[in-house]
Amino acid sequence: MRYREALNSALREEMERDPNVMLMGEDIGVFNGAFKVTAGLLEDFGEKRVRDTPISENTIVGMGVGAAMTGLRPIVELMTINFSLLAMDQIVNHAASIRYMFGGQVKVPLVVRMPQGAGHQLGPTHSHSWEALYLHVPGLLVAVPTTAADAKGLLKSAIRDDNPVVFIEHEYLYGQRGEVPDDEDHAVRFGVAAIRREGSDVTIVGISRMALTAARAAKTLSAEHGIEAEVIDPRTLRPLDLDTILASVRKTNRCVVVEEGWPHGGVGANLAALIQEQAFDDLDAPIQRVTGADVPMPYSKPLEQIAFPHEPQVVDAVLATFRDR
Amino acid sequence: MAERVAQPAEHAGLPEPGVAREWLQAMMLIRRFEERAGEMYAKAKVGGFLHLAIGEEATIVGSTRALRDQDYLISTYRSHGHTLARGSDPNRVMAELFGRVDGLCRGRGGSMHMFDLENRFMGGYGIVGGNLPLAAGFALASDYAGRDEVTLCQFGDGASNQGTFGETMNLAALWKLPVVFMITNNQFGMGTSLERHSAITDLLRKGEGFGVPGMRCDGMDAVDTYNVTTDALRIAREERRPILVEAVTYRFRGHSMADPEEYRTKEQVDEWRKRDPLTVFGDQLVEAGILGQDEREAMDRETIERIDRAVAFADASPHPSPNDLYDDIYVLGDQVRGWYSVDERTPTPHRGEDETGMDRADLPHAAEHGGGVTPKPADDAQRGED
Repeated sequence: MRYREALNSALREEMERDPNVMLMGEDIGVFNGAFKVTAGLLEDFGEKRVRDTPISENTIVGMGVGAAMTGLRPIVELMTINFSLLAMDQIVNHAASIRYMFGGQVKVPLVVRMPQGAGHQLGPTHSHSWEALYLHVPGLLVAVPTTAADAKGLLKSAIRDDNPVVFIEHEYLYGQRGEVPDDEDHAVRFGVAAIRREGSDVTIVGISRMALTAARAAKTLSAEHGIEAEVIDPRTLRPLDLDTILASVRKTNRCVVVEEGWPHGGVGANLAALIQEQAFDDLDAPIQRVTGADVPMPYSKPLEQIAFPHEPQVVDAVLATFRDR
Repeated sequence: MAERVAQPAEHAGLPEPGVAREWLQAMMLIRRFEERAGEMYAKAKVGGFLHLAIGEEATIVGSTRALRDQDYLISTYRSHGHTLARGSDPNRVMAELFGRVDGLCRGRGGSMHMFDLENRFMGGYGIVGGNLPLAAGFALASDYAGRDEVTLCQFGDGASNQGTFGETMNLAALWKLPVVFMITNNQFGMGTSLERHSAITDLLRKGEGFGVPGMRCDGMDAVDTYNVTTDALRIAREERRPILVEAVTYRFRGHSMADPEEYRTKEQVDEWRKRDPLTVFGDQLVEAGILGQDEREAMDRETIERIDRAVAFADASPHPSPNDLYDDIYVLGDQVRGWYSVDERTPTPHRGEDETGMDRADLPHAAEHGGGVTPKPADDAQRGED
């Protein structure tokens, strides 16, 4: 099953399970979704539950917040993570803050789905990777599924959770295939990392698509350098399964974090801080970060390709952790 | 739709005596509460920003009295009056201003972020225009569930320039949502007068291009506000469509306590004060024989005593414990099991885990809660002068 189909089946099953689950978004109905994630849902669930919206990101997220406060479990689709900045006010000042600032009187069981990622020559307004922006915000849960099985399982968990969730999909991953358990109760709990490959020499943490890039780099490292890398996909950034990462680092004594987003204030910067705070004595080398380039995403294909990480950069970063031994 | 221009309104007749007295009482409660809140701010009992609704009592009481109990009310950062009018306990509203545990929001929100779910006051919000999409969301949930409640969303003239205004008008009209949007036009977006911030000053027309018809009421007159809001709510409830109401009013005090009011003349304020809704409505009740002058004075004394008790209650209520700092960021459950910080939460305990059993002294920010006053830059200038 493809990643987009896995998401579709999660939406479908949760809508069947709970009549208060409903969808809002731009072109999710008649058009079947910009990336076809919502294909067929309008036909099956009708206009009341699958709502095409005008192009008004901040307001459709805000309506989702309001509806979540008063009994529904809305899922809002934003066409790309870049567009989610138009809704930043409702996501951060409202969805994430409301329960806290009102002393716990209400909950906001809202899911805001959005894809990110470079590689389709969409330039600087459609291609960024900004999980770090949402990781920054207390009150949100943040999911970054990599596999089809996780896409489905995490989305089901997101919909069932009573907290606002920023659910970050990836444009490249939509077409990727993967095994998905044929089980209506297949839910992947937030806060549990997946170890994609076991290894004893270095820990590579890969975020979203970069978990796949990291896994390919690990094969090369094994074949060409005799280095056995452990590859960890955190799957969710809030909550974060730091213990699985720490346990791995304590075993391997080296760590590389790979992400598609910008370097400053990124996921890797945050993880490096957490790891050195809690496992400093276990590290044999400085933690390496492999990130997207510190530029707005360029349109030019060759420029775009060097603006986000690929396997050779991950291999180089791993080798750098061995350099001073 | 017939336009309702009422500046000032012709008196459409007072409500029955018991109702009229209750309205006066509610307006008095807001006035005396706000005055005292200002005093408490000057004494540094209240922190942050404080936005008072003195002058806007008829808009608040007239409109909220048109609501049914199950209807939703949502407002802005100037919302003490709205939550009081909805039935919140003045003790708890004052305690929220004081930042205490018995406050409506346990001291988390303060003046700008009141909320009282039990009374269906769905919040004061600090982002101008941020509450409009939420209101449409409440109406969407009502509509989705087939419930006939209506949402009344209040915001200022300044908010009518935000993007959310147009976006929400369009969506509410497109989806035929049962919501009444009420612009409390108090003539100023902070210190910028209406004609300096809005190309169209007939604010009731601002929804028309989006398919939301407008009405106008005299926001200095509780009866007119009640009548127009009642019409608007009926249309929203029965015909399932949004209505925009412009309530023309005036705030007698500054935008917040940190406002030297250099953008308007004393003469203008004095002119509007002649239409003080509390005085005018009280006079009407006395003239109509609904209330004796001595009863009116007794009502005022009792209201002041009620506020005295609210202040005493707030002052006696404890500050939140440092242990509460991380409460209610998340709904705890299977996925989020601890309050400390989810990016520290893991399957096995480490720092911050199992925090309910932690000693206060072990808490990361305990030292910062030892008391003392945090300075509030913008407002210091006004402190003690009001």
